[in-house]
Parts: sequence; C-alpha cells; structure tokens
Amino acid sequence: MRVVVCVKHVPDIQSERTFREDGLLRRGGDDDTLNELDEDALEAGLRLVEAHPPAHGEDPHDVVVLTVGPASAVEALRRGLAMGATTAVHVRDDAVAGSDAIATARVLGAAVATLHEEAPVDVVVAGMAALDGLTSLVPAALAAVLGWPQLTLADRVDVDPAARTVVVRRETSAATETLRAALPVVLSVTDQAFRARFPAFTGILAARKAPVRVLDLAALGVDPATVGLDGSTTRVLHTAPRPERPDRVVVTDDGSAAVALADYLAQKGFA
Amino acid sequence: MTDTVLVLVDHEGARVHPTATELLTLARSLGDDVRAVWLDDGAAPDAAARELLGRFGAVSVLPVRVTGADPHLTATVVDGLLAALEAAPARLLLLGSTFEDREVAARLAVLAHGGVVTGATSVVADADGRVVAGKEVLAGSWSSRCAVTGDVAVVTVKPHSTQALPVEAPVAAAAADPLVVEAGPAARAVEVTGREPRPASDRPSLADAEVVVVGGRGTNGDFAPLEELADVLGGAVGATRVATDEGWIGHEAQVGQTGVTISPRLYIGAGVSGAVHHRGGMDAAVTVVAVNEDPDAPIFEFADYGIVGDLTEVVPALTQELRRRRGAATS
Ligand SMILES: Cc1cc2nc3c(=O)[nH]c(=O)nc-3n(C[C@H](O)[C@H](O)[C@H](O)COP(=O)(O)OP(=O)(O)OC[C@H]3O[C@@H](n4cnc5c(N)ncnc54)[C@H](O)[C@@H]3O)c2cc1C
Ligand SMILES: Nc1ncnc2c1ncn2[C@@H]1O[C@H](COP(=O)(O)O)[C@@H](O)[C@H]1O
Repeated sequence: MRVVVCVKHVPDIQSERTFREDGLLRRGGDDDTLNELDEDALEAGLRLVEAHPPAHGEDPHDVVVLTVGPASAVEALRRGLAMGATTAVHVRDDAVAGSDAIATARVLGAAVATLHEEAPVDVVVAGMAALDGLTSLVPAALAAVLGWPQLTLADRVDVDPAARTVVVRRETSAATETLRAALPVVLSVTDQAFRARFPAFTGILAARKAPVRVLDLAALGVDPATVGLDGSTTRVLHTAPRPERPDRVVVTDDGSAAVALADYLAQKGFA
Repeated sequence: MTDTVLVLVDHEGARVHPTATELLTLARSLGDDVRAVWLDDGAAPDAAARELLGRFGAVSVLPVRVTGADPHLTATVVDGLLAALEAAPARLLLLGSTFEDREVAARLAVLAHGGVVTGATSVVADADGRVVAGKEVLAGSWSSRCAVTGDVAVVTVKPHSTQALPVEAPVAAAAADPLVVEAGPAARAVEVTGREPRPASDRPSLADAEVVVVGGRGTNGDFAPLEELADVLGGAVGATRVATDEGWIGHEAQVGQTGVTISPRLYIGAGVSGAVHHRGGMDAAVTVVAVNEDPDAPIFEFADYGIVGDLTEVVPALTQELRRRRGAATS
C-alpha cells in the first residue's frame, strides 16, 4: 500500500503569532512545529499499513509525508519521518508563497498526481485542520482537484486491500455515518481516534539524516501563475491585533456574585 | 454591487434552519436579486418555507434535486450548487459555517473557480464591487479583511454575525422551476452504508444557539446545574475537550478548534480555563462570562464578565436568581 500524508509546518499556537505588513502570517520562527492535527493524520496512515503487513513477495508499504511550504517546513517532514514515515517529499518554490487554501490544494494535488504516476497511491490522509489558518478547506479541495472520492473527518478507517475499498465512520453535525468508496481516496481524520505515537530516539536520529525529496513547480508541471499570491482567489487586505474587550469586569464571589451577574445579564437583555 | 446572490438554505425536510434568515438578511445588503437554493433531500419548499424565506428577502426559491447519489454528501451538494450557479449566475454564494459547509465551499471553489473565505463575521462589497469578508483569526487574537476574487465568491458565515431582519413588505418567495441534475462521478463513488441521525434534543443546536453554557474540567463531571442554567436562558450546553474526553458529555458538545465553532450572543464558561484550542472555537461570542475559581485562568483575559468563584455555588445560585426574576415578572 502507498499512503501519502499531508503535513503542514505551522507557528506554535501557544506562541505569540503575528501577521506581516503584507497580510501573510509570519512563519519560520523557532517555535514553528508540525501541525498537531497532522500527527493524527500520520498516525492514521501508519496504522493503516500496519494493519496489513505486506504478504511474502509483495512490495513493502510506503508512507510518504508531503508538505508544501518554505525551507523551514522540512522540520515537519523530519518529525514525520521520526514517527515512522518512510519517504519525505517537500514541495518548495518561491512562487508558492502566499497561496491560499485552494491554491495550496492545487499544488498538493499536482504533487500527489506526480507521485501516483511513479507508483500508484492508494490513500491520501490529511488532518482535520491546520491550526494556523484553521479553514479545514484543503482536504475537500484536494479531493476535488484529484477527482478522487472524499471521505473526511473520519474517526475510524478500515481499508480492505483485497477488495481495494475503504470504509470510514464519521460524525457530521446531524448524524453518525459510515461511508465506503473504492481506492484511491482522500481522507481526513479528526483528533478523536488517532492519538499519535511518540517518536523513538533512534527514529529521531535516523530522521535527521534521511533524504528529503524536494520538488519545485516545474517538476510538478504547475504553472506558477495559478498559485501563490497572484494565483489565489482570496487576498488579505488588512490584519490587525484585536483590541481587548472593553469594560471587562472580574469580581470575586462573596456570595453575591450570582445576583450581580443576573443584573449584568438583564442589562444585556438576556434575563 | 453584486446583483444576484445565492444563499444555500439549511433545512431538514420542509423545516428551515434559522441561520437561513440571517444569511438572507446579509445577502440583501449585497445584491437585490437574492435567491434561496433549496437542495431537495426528499422535501420540496412548502408554502410556509417560501413565506419565511420571502419574509427575510429571498426573491425566489430555487429547488435542485440531484439524482443518483446520497443527498448529504459534499460532492452531491456541490453538484446541486453548480447547477444552481448555471441557472442563476451569481458573483456571490453565502452558506453557513459548519464543517460540512466549509467542505462544500472548498469543493465548489475548485470546480467553479471561486474564492472562498470561511467563518466570516462580516461581508460587504467595496468601492470596486469586490466582495470583502471580515473574520477573526489566530484564536480570536487578530482580525482580518479579505477580498474574494475568482468567478464566484463563496463565503461561509458564522451564526449571529448578522441580525435577521424581515423586509418591509414581505411576499412569499416565488418557486422557480425545480432543477433536476444527475450526480457526477465523485458523488456516485461514495456509498453511504449507514447513517444514524443524532437524537433530537429539546435544546437549540449548539452551533447556532444564541446562548451557550459551556462546562469544563471544573464541573467534575456534573453537568446537571449547567443544563438547568442553559434551560432558563433557552440556550445550548457545550463542553471543553477535557469534559468530552472524560466521557462526561458527548463529543458533539465539544466547543473549540477541533469541535463545534460557536458564535453565540452569550457564552458562559464554568470551570473552563480558556485554553487557546478552546478559545479558537468561541471567540466570536458577543458577550463572554466566566466562572472559575482560579483568578489567573486565561479565560479572564477575554471574558467581559468574570467571577472568581466556585461554580458549584455560583451556577445554581444564578439559575435560581434568574428563575426568581422570571417568576416575579410573570406573576
Ligand atoms: C490538537 C488539540 C486540539 C484541541 N481542541 C480542543 C477543542 O476543540 N476544544 C477544547 O475545549 N479543547 C481542545 N483541546 C484541549 C485544550 O488544549 C485544553 O486542554 C482544554 O480546553 C482544557 O479544558 P478545561 O478548560 O475543561 O480544563 P482545564 O484547563 O483543566 O481547566 C479547568 C478549569 O476549571 C477550574 N475549576 C476547577 N474546579 C472549579 C470549580 N469548582 N469552580 C470553578 N472553577 C473550577 C480550574 O481553575 C481550571 O481553570 C485541544 C488540544 C489539542 C492538543
Ligand atoms: N501547505 C500544506 N502542506 C501539506 N499539507 C497541508 C498544507 N496545508 C494544509 N494541509 C493539509 O490539509 C489539512 C487541513 O488544512 P486546512 O484546510 O488548511 O485547515 C492539514 O491538516 C494538512 O493535512
């Protein structure tokens, strides 16, 4: 089986995150990390192949970590390799900078298609959201770009390699669903069911020396005009730190706080 | 100004979800030809639905039926929207802000060469006629404004960012001829082998409730007092991930970056520390109230009204006080 896991290097959400003058998120700081939710995606990918050890004579499984990002994003790939991914692919090109989610999905789609031509990809796994932009757009957009079935926000994934099908369970806002589709597919997984393993020390060491394949847009056959700032269909016009909420009140309860709060709620029209 | 604006109506059978009235109100400020797209899941828009949609500004209702695939799949919904866009070319489509809505927006943007902004709290047309969406980003610590270009602007809008207002002289929305289209290969490729609807609750749905009472680790597992408070306020009950991980309440109640995004008029957090993962899913709340015994809890940094105290005392006392006032007002 060949599984591609999409991982993103993002500013640590516990750190002080800021925007640049041009409206892009400031990246490349020492605090940047592998998007936590992509660890779950990688965990899901690793479990998929581990559930089906290759039969005698079959090719070994390949779990590819794939990122689109600046030079510093290689750290996300190293973390993925340390967790157990077997191959790392970094799409890196100055023209990609400033791509919005849809343009990013186009680049990821071209990268997956390129890998798929070299050796068939069975499953693409993404996280449920990148904790920087928090759009949750990329997995569905990627499925659309590839024209592969979309099975998103899964909390259970079972592949049947013989039948070449996958079954997922997901919670939508209205129901619990089980969906089935033929491979290849694009999955995303929630943070509910795939608690990520901790890389072993030997894995961390090996990941530092493991090769990382770098591809640019030309290698993927992507026209630079269709990605980056100019190829994106959204453009940030303005960003500003939000002012603190005005007139904040903090009281210590001495037995009368509930009544005072009821007054406050009444004044706001809630009681 | 955009002329035709499409609104994807969230409905269950013939019952229209209240978010549609907000989206229609917003749509009216962006174009004079507001059309409600009704994806047929077995029920056509009846007279009551058309009356409601018309009252909030829909000129017409465009029913679309997609055959050959499950109606709830993202790909099916998008096939329907592509047909609607072809029948009623629009520069702007508004929809809600659930995970499903965002996936629909993503797929549509790819296939219709659109631009998409998720979780918008404002949408305006600028002097050049561009659609500009405002939203809160980075767990509510920054705000941004974004122009949406492409052939169609697809904007997912947070609940309560617009107050639903009826038009002055309401007329029922005209029913356009239903479109019937066949699902494309992506929709047909996915088979729904099981669907269990979540049991209906008497409380409003978390995602678009006007009032949400959230419990965290500090509840120690007892949500009953929070439920009582929510009921006096006509609100929904939510939880932090700690509370849902503990199994104190179902996962569907989780509020935050990886749970439900909420934007109520009133958020009350009890025994909630205000971690950034949680804040990212609730910071669009208009009024934030916190009850926490730790004066250094981060939630006090963004609460409008904070009480340093024991929730097992403050919450029931508040419920009782609100009931007392209500009783005094009605007797
Ligand atoms: C990838 C990822 C995604 C996540 N997504 C989410 C998410 O979507 N939503 C979410 O909520 N969390 C999420 N989390 C978890 C988040 O980081 C926090 O751990 C969580 O929000 C904390 O929940 P809490 O406030 O209930 O618990 P705590 O942080 O433990 O806070 C409990 C609070 O209760 C107070 N307290 C205790 N007893 C009382 C009492 N009797 N009266 C009053 N106050 C009391 C304490 O002072 C404390 O401040 C995520 C984490 C990760 C890593
Ligand atoms: N630049 C990127 N490189 C690789 N994967 C990405 C990138 N951006 C987003 N993804 C994947 O898409 C998921 C959802 O991201 P988003 O739609 O941006 O919230 C992430 O969890 C990743 O798996």
